[in-house]
Order: sequence, then structure tokens, then C-alpha cells
Amino acid sequence: MKIDHSQPLEYSTHQNQLNILGFWIFLGAEIMLFGTLFMGYFTLEGRTGAGPTPAQIFEITPVLIETFVLLTSSFTIGLGIHAMRLGRKNAMLSFFAITLLLGLVFLGVEIYEFMHYYHVGATYQTSAFTAALLTTLGTHGAHVTLGLFWGLFIILQVKKRGLTPQTANKSFIFSLYWHFLDVVWIFIFSFIYLKGMM
Amino acid sequence: MKKKWAFLSSMLAFVLVLAGCEPLMVLDPKGPQAAQQASDIMLSIGIMSFIVIAVLTILVVILFKYRASNQPDDYEPPHIEGNKWVEALCIGIPVLIVAFLSFMSVKSNYIVESAPVGYENEEPLVVYASSSNWKWHFSYPEEGIETVNYLYIPTDRPLEFKLYSFGPITSFWIPQLGGQKYAMADMVTTLHLGADEPGEYVGRNANFSGKGFAENTFNVTAMSQTEFDEWVQEVHEKAEPLTEEKFDELLEPGHLGQMTFTGTHLEFSPAPEHTHNDVSEEGNDSEEESDHSGH
Amino acid sequence: MEFFERFAIPHPSPAIYASMVAIALVTIGIIAGLTYFKKWGYLWREWLTTVDHKKIGIMYLISALLMLFRGGVDAIMMRAQLSVPDAELLDAQHYNEIFTTHGVVMIIFMAMPFIFAFMNLLVPLQIGARDVAFPRLNALSFWLFFAGAMLFNISFVIGGSPDAGWTSYFPLAGNDFSQHVGTNYYMIAIQISGIGSLMTGINMCTTILKMRAPGMTLMKMPMFTWSAFIANLIIVFAFPVLTVALLMGTTDRLFATNFFTSDNGGMDMLWANFFWIWGHPEVYILILPAFGLYSEIIPTFSRRNLYGYKPMVWSMVLISFLSFLVWTHHFFTMGQGALTNSIFSITTMAIAVPTGVKIFNWLFTMYKGKIRFTVPMLYSVAFIPLFTVGGVTGVMLAMSAADYQYHNTMFLVAHFHNTIIPGVVFAMLAGLTYYWPKFFGFMLNEKIGKWAFWSLTIGFVLAFFPMYITGLDGQARRMYTYSEATGFGPLNMVSFIGAAIMAIGFVLILWNVFYSFKNSSREIGSDPWDARSLEWATHTPIPEYNFARLPHVNSSEAFWDAKMNGHQLFRGEYEEIHMPSSSGVPFIMGMIFFVAGFSFVFSLWIPAVIALLGIFFCMALRSFEKDDGYHISVEEIKETERKLGGAK
Repeated sequence: MKIDHSQPLEYSTHQNQLNILGFWIFLGAEIMLFGTLFMGYFTLEGRTGAGPTPAQIFEITPVLIETFVLLTSSFTIGLGIHAMRLGRKNAMLSFFAITLLLGLVFLGVEIYEFMHYYHVGATYQTSAFTAALLTTLGTHGAHVTLGLFWGLFIILQVKKRGLTPQTANKSFIFSLYWHFLDVVWIFIFSFIYLKGMM
Repeated sequence: MKKKWAFLSSMLAFVLVLAGCEPLMVLDPKGPQAAQQASDIMLSIGIMSFIVIAVLTILVVILFKYRASNQPDDYEPPHIEGNKWVEALCIGIPVLIVAFLSFMSVKSNYIVESAPVGYENEEPLVVYASSSNWKWHFSYPEEGIETVNYLYIPTDRPLEFKLYSFGPITSFWIPQLGGQKYAMADMVTTLHLGADEPGEYVGRNANFSGKGFAENTFNVTAMSQTEFDEWVQEVHEKAEPLTEEKFDELLEPGHLGQMTFTGTHLEFSPAPEHTHNDVSEEGNDSEEESDHSGH
Repeated sequence: MEFFERFAIPHPSPAIYASMVAIALVTIGIIAGLTYFKKWGYLWREWLTTVDHKKIGIMYLISALLMLFRGGVDAIMMRAQLSVPDAELLDAQHYNEIFTTHGVVMIIFMAMPFIFAFMNLLVPLQIGARDVAFPRLNALSFWLFFAGAMLFNISFVIGGSPDAGWTSYFPLAGNDFSQHVGTNYYMIAIQISGIGSLMTGINMCTTILKMRAPGMTLMKMPMFTWSAFIANLIIVFAFPVLTVALLMGTTDRLFATNFFTSDNGGMDMLWANFFWIWGHPEVYILILPAFGLYSEIIPTFSRRNLYGYKPMVWSMVLISFLSFLVWTHHFFTMGQGALTNSIFSITTMAIAVPTGVKIFNWLFTMYKGKIRFTVPMLYSVAFIPLFTVGGVTGVMLAMSAADYQYHNTMFLVAHFHNTIIPGVVFAMLAGLTYYWPKFFGFMLNEKIGKWAFWSLTIGFVLAFFPMYITGLDGQARRMYTYSEATGFGPLNMVSFIGAAIMAIGFVLILWNVFYSFKNSSREIGSDPWDARSLEWATHTPIPEYNFARLPHVNSSEAFWDAKMNGHQLFRGEYEEIHMPSSSGVPFIMGMIFFVAGFSFVFSLWIPAVIALLGIFFCMALRSFEKDDGYHISVEEIKETERKLGGAK
């Protein structure tokens, strides 16, 4: 395995560069995935059947908490990658841990939010609108959940193996993933919640 | 190669003989919309045959001239990157053809999507054509009549079909009067047709809708306005009124023969309220849309 | 007992029972054979766990041929049923199931693996790479495809086949009108193989962007690689749409949501839109690699370079872009109004321009050439006029006002078979014949090959050209029968005869493989066709590392330059080669996906959850795994090269 020391650690082998490019292309596909979900949501938004409308079920507080927590976690993972570039393993691990904790809080609030929807009669089966809403949010939430496990595995690996080209590469790619989820959330926040509450 | 072309041309002749027995339905129009479509089709067949023949000729000439057996053993083909002018021609000619056809296509779109030309000053006859597995229900709201699986229409008068479905997506099609359009459960689509000549035409659901699809047909009889009025009169005298119970019975999956009723199901089971424009404008109205979905 | 009832066929027939017995016998036969000849270890080591792109390509190829057989039997049954009026060979339900599975199998489980086979076999060789960017992911892609294909194919013996058409329009495909599990199979099997396709897309794009040999700029890539690149780019952007559509369809069916229902705000048109936003690019995913293959074959047998390389590339880029802007033409008749139809009518016709450029460029490639009529070239030559017919009828269909008359008729059926068969299938058969010696070490017999070619071409014309006429005469597609009064009888009989002749052609191809395996010479060298691009520069059989030294490239026909103009392809000393190691995980994951899919089809939640956990466990395992591959030493390389006959 040839290691190119002129590059940052995560880019330092050919395979690492392939992994990063491949992941960017994957994110392109993810943009289409969420784009399609948004298209579906916008089409079905007004088709509430006998069920509630967006304005009737959205609550601002949990959404603001979720937004705040996820945006912060995106910042902390950025700090984590910065620490990684400086070679400060412990700082990096701490930031990653904080990121995952924030992600966990996000997920907790989202579960609360889903339960709230259930209680006000907006279940998965209620209408086309609720199905589109819960599928869009659920897909994002599932991504976060998967990310929590993935991040945990990476923390364990960095802890055990140290900062190698491989672990640095994985951490960097994970950070791309996490930032991407944050970007998706910004769209969800603006075009689903804010638009729905107005 | 020769064998192939001999074979192909004999095939073509065979097909033409077969097809020649009777004019093809789509190309034998009996109304203005169908005539427009038939002329579009013939025009495009003409232009397209020209293209196919051109490509075929170039191909045959090249294959014949540059086949290896026609050339000396030491012949070494040249390296040719491309030529600006040839390429401009290869792009230019198709662009012109496509531009012309696009123009024709757009023009025809507006023609078939509006009331048929020729009898604009006549009041259109509005017929609600709704499908259920595997039947067609035709409601004449102004005449107060409903038929099943057959359609009587006056000639020389615009026909406005309002299409929707009590089940899967179907497609209302009377080839000799004009092209088809979908009937769907949650909105009403409009199809403009017209008939020039009295006669019997076949109509069918063209969109696959399950087990009974093949037999999902109906008969169309075009007649003069006077005869049509007489028929309306006769129905009012003889037919039973359509009740809600009876209509629910009719909606059960299966095939029925032709039936006639007075009154229409629109009175107790109105057509969906959406049209295509509402939906694209993303109607935020939360009205109950399911009460007429029939299951 | 109640538990097992769900697996029963809702609508059995003797043919289905016979198939069950046949499937059981073949399975037992394979297991017994493998055991008797002690081949289990070989199968596991060399195939099930392989990550070698060449072997994966061959597995795709075999699967595609199997599925071609399956889809072909469906086709013959349909044509037989329609050959005479009021036939009673099949009833409506069976006919509906058969045309549905015919469509799905041919597009998703035949054409897709066929193009993936060629991408896997050729792309790394054409760009001078040792393997794809992510070999393990590549294996997983294959096994997901395989799991999806098997899941879909067991539907007709367990629980019933889907019967709502390959387009599966809702509400027909919803619970109200499609009550047995068939459509669940459709949703889930396509989902599983679709995930595999998406991963192949990512993998191939990365490979082509990052792993080209020294000197190979993008504009010096062989044309097939270009076509593969564009096709994979389309995959990356189109398949997620399908993923979402299938997800929504699945929840509608399994969890009673209301995306596409007629109640509670559901919108059946949304499915049609999503389906075709994926579906139209999908046809270009299939046709572009086919174009790529023709662009390799025509220059070789014209002994000339490809005319207009740059326009060829740009036309593909343009086609891929336009392919996302035309989906509405699949339902001009949905009542969007004249304006929307006009816009999509124009974008659709616009595709004819870049496609026309390609046709002319192939013609001019033969100009001043020295044309040899080998089997691959015959397919390519037949492709040009036949595909032109398919293309111009496409332009006719694009005229939306006239489309009201063509839509849902046999005219449409004739059109798309006219593009897919001479376009994709002929390309695959041409490619199969052309590349066969490279991958299997012997040539296919030319004489049998020509017989097969003529059967297929004549059969094709007989089978599909009459449909243009019956379509214009008002024969709707997907009707299981018609009455004598319609007059469709004679032409449908011609179609049936054509289909039967095509079937003979396919059988001849199989016979050719068998015959040539027994009789063909193995002394064919590494370049039997006198070809032009890099894949022919390595040995036959291809060593596992493809190229002992990476080639240096100066043009899109580097190998030809090396042969004719003294370009030096391989320079420098041998170096140690790093190779990825085999792994059983992709195969195991594929099998778990199969179990998960099966459980979802029948709503068996406990095994479904266990299987999903199994999938996550495999992913976690992969995350923690330290896999650095292995190295081939310089001595070993020298030894291999010497054995294969001279250093390269």
C-alpha cells in the first residue's frame, strides 16, 4: 500500500481517494433519493383526506430542538475532523462522541415527535400527507440511526488502531455523511415544517 | 444480403395484401379529431419512410462498395477523424425534420385538446363516461339518461366526454372518432370528440385493468340529432330509473350486457371534483374525495 | 396449516405444477452433481466468494442467459395464445401474469445483468486497470441482483406471480385490485436488485474516473467505456427514484398507507410519474452500453477508426441529459393538457437528433473501410436499419396528438421491441460472440452463428412488424384474447411464427456454445479478430491481475497504434501487484437479502427482522474487518507471463 505523505491522511492512499470519490457519488444518489421523497411530499402535502393538515399537527418546540441539536452536531464533527488533521486523536474522539450524543438526542426528540403525531391522529395510514411526511422524516431518521452505529464503530476502531490512513479515511467519509444528513434536515426544516406551519 | 431483401420485400407485400382487405381503423377516421390524428400519422409515416430509406440506401451502398471481398488484399483503410461539414449536415437535417414535426405536433395538440372544428356553433353534448371493473357507465346529465356499455351519439355536434373511474386507471378509446384518454379515480379528464358520419363504431378500454380487460368494450352508434332525440324520448318512456342500490350492484366486478336507465348516478354519486389543473396547483382543499371511489 | 396456505398458488394450472416438479428436479440434480463430482469447494472458492471482475462478469452473463430463456418462454406462450382468435391456451389471469413477468424479467433480470456483464468484463480491461474500484462491493452488487432475480422467479410457484403489468400502475397494483402476494414480489425483488444496480453505478463511475491507465484522458477512453460511464451516471441518478417509488408501493401494500390508493388523498398518478422518471432513463441505461458495443465492433470489422469520436461522446451526454426530461411521454393521455404535452413532445423528439448523429457516424465508420461480415458484424449491420425503424416510430409516438391513437396499442409494443431487440439484444449477442474468445479461450462457430443471426433477424421482422399494423387497426396491448370479428387473427399468426423462428435462433446460440466448446481450436492467440482497443492487449486467458505492467496510452485505440504504428504499450520493470482478497460475505449477504425479501413478501415479520439484523451484522463485520488484500510477487508474475506465452 503506497502512502502519499504530501496528502492529508484520509487521502493518502489510492484506495482512500477512491473511497472518498465513491462516497461523493453515493451522496449524489442520496440527493436524488431525498429529492424524490420531497417531490412526493410536495405533491401529497395538500391531500390530507379525512386526516389533519400540516398546520394542525406540527409543533415548533421539538422541531427547533432537533434543528439546533443536529446543526450543532454537524459543527462538532467538523471540529473532530479538524482535530484528526492535526493528529490529535483524543480530541477527535471526544468530538465524535459529542456528535453521536447529539445525534442520539435528535433521535430521541424525533421519536417523541412521532408519538405526538400518533396521539393527535396522524398515523402512517391516515392520509397521503401523513404517509409522505412520516416516510420522509423516517428515511432521514433511519439514516441518523444507521449513522449512530457507524460512528460508534469508527470511534472503536480509531481507539484501537489509532489514526491510520484507513481509520482516518473512514472517519472523514463518516463526517461527509453526517454533514449531508444535516443539509437534508435544513431542507426538511424549511420546506416541510416552516412551510407547513405558515 | 440479397436473400434478405428479397425476403423482406415479399413480406411487406404479404402484409400489405393482408392489411388491404379493410382500411386500418385508426386510418379510417369518422370524425374531425380522428381525421387530424390520421393525417398526422400519415404525414409522419411519409417523412419517416424517407429517413429509413435514406439510411438503408447509404448502408447498402457502403456495405456493397467497401466489403473486404471487393478490395485488394493490401488495401489499408484510412484514418478519418471526422469532418465539420458532414457533421453539420448530420445534425442539421435531423434538426430541421424534428423542428418541423415538433411544430406539427404542437399545432395538433391544441386542435385535439379543444372542441372539434366544423360545428363550433353547436352546443356540445356532455357525457360522463366512467369505468368500473370491467364496464363503462355513460351518464347523459342533460338528457337524464344512463347507459351501460353502449353509447348513442348525435353526429355533427361536439362531444365532450368527462372521464373518470371507479377502480383502476382505464383509457376511453373510440379509434375511429379519435384517440384515447385516461379515466382515473380521483379526477375528471376531458376528451373532445366528434362524429361526421352515422354508423356503428367500436370503443374499448385501452389501458390494462385486470382480469376482465380484454372484454372491456362498448358499442358506439352515431346518428342524426333527430334520431338521437327520439332515442332519448324513447328511453324516458321505457327505461327503469337508476337507483343507488342498483348502481352499487352494477359496480360489482364482472361483465354486464348493455343496459339503459333514466336518471344518472351523478345525482347520488357525483364525479370527482379534481380536474388536472387543481392538482397541479396543489389544491390545499381537504375535501373528502373518497366518497365516490366505490369500494 | 393456515400458515402454509399463504404459500399456495391462487390460480394453479398443470403447467405450474409441472414447473414446480421441474424446478425441484433441477435443484436436486445440481446438488447431486456438485456432490458427486466434489465441486462444492471449487464452486465456493472460485465463484461464490470471488471478487474478480471477470468472474463476476461471467456470472452476470450466465444469469442473463438463464433469464433470457425464462422471459423467452413467457413470450412464446403469449404469442401462442394470441396466434388465433378466442384461443384457450391461457386464461386471462395466467396471461396477465405472463406478460408482467415477461416485461420485468427481460428488462430488470435479463437486459440489466447483460449490460453489467459487459461492463464488468470490459471496463477494467479497456482502461487498463487491475479490477474495479470496490471489488467487494461489486460482488455484493451481483449477489443482490441474483437474490432479487431468484426471489422474483419463485413467485410463480410460491404465492403467485405479479399480474399488474411491468409498469404496475396503481390502483390496479394496490391491495384493492391485486390481492395475492404477486405484486409484493414485484416491489421487493426489484428493490433488492435495484440496490445492487445502484452500487454498480457508484462503483463503475469511480472506477472510470479514477483508475484509468497512464495517458488515458477522458477523451481517449474506448467508446464502450464512455457508454458505460454515462449509463452508470444515469443509474446513480435514476435508481434512487425507483427506490422511493418501490418503497411507497411496498408500504401501500404491506402497511396500508395511502400513497397511491384512491382513498384518503392517495394519488395514483404519482406512481406513474415516479415510475417513468426512473423508467425512461432506464431504457437509455440499457441502450447506451449497447451503442458502446457496436462502436467497438463496427470499427474492428471495418478495419477503421470510429468516425466522429467527439460527436459520439457528446451525443451520449446529450441523450443522458434529455432522458430525464421526457418521462411524461409515457402518459400523454393522462390529460395534462396541450401545453405540457407539447413540451414533452418536443423534448422527446429532440432525442432523435443525437441518436441520428450516432447512426450516421456508424455508417461513416464503414465508409472506406474493409468490411468483414463476421457474426458480430452481421448483428451490427442489421442493427442499423432495424434500429432506425424503431427510432423513427419513436418520433411518431412522440407526436402527442397522434399518440392518443398509438398509446396502449400493439403499435407501441412493436416500437419498443423494435428498439430493444435490435438495439440491446442484438448488441448483447454481437458482444457475446465478439468477446467470447477473450474470456473463454475459443471462438464460437461462425456458421452456426450465422444461422442463429438469420433466424433472429427474420424472426424479429416477422414477429414485430405486423404489430405496427394491428396496432393501427385498434388492437390494444395486454389483451389475452380477441374475437374473430376484429380481423387481428392472420397478422398475429405471423407474429407467432416470427416468435417461434426467434426461439430457434436462441436455441442455435446455445447449441453453438456447446458445439464450439467441443470442436473449436484453443490456439487462437490473444487477438483473434485483429481488434483495436486495450482489452485485446492482454493474454488469453486473462491473468487474474489483467495487465502485468500497466499500459501507457496515447489514443482511444492504443492497441491498434501499438500493432500498426509501433506505439510502446508496456514499459518499465515488473512490480509487485496488490490484489483484493476473496470474501464470502457478499454471497451470504445476498442470501440474507433473499430471506428478508421473502419474509416481507409474505409479511412474516419475525424472520424479516432477524434477516435485517443479519444484514446489519454483515455490514458491521465489514466495518471492523481489516482487509489489506494480498500481493503477487514479481517472480510469480514473470512465471505467469512466461506460461501464457511472452511478456506483456
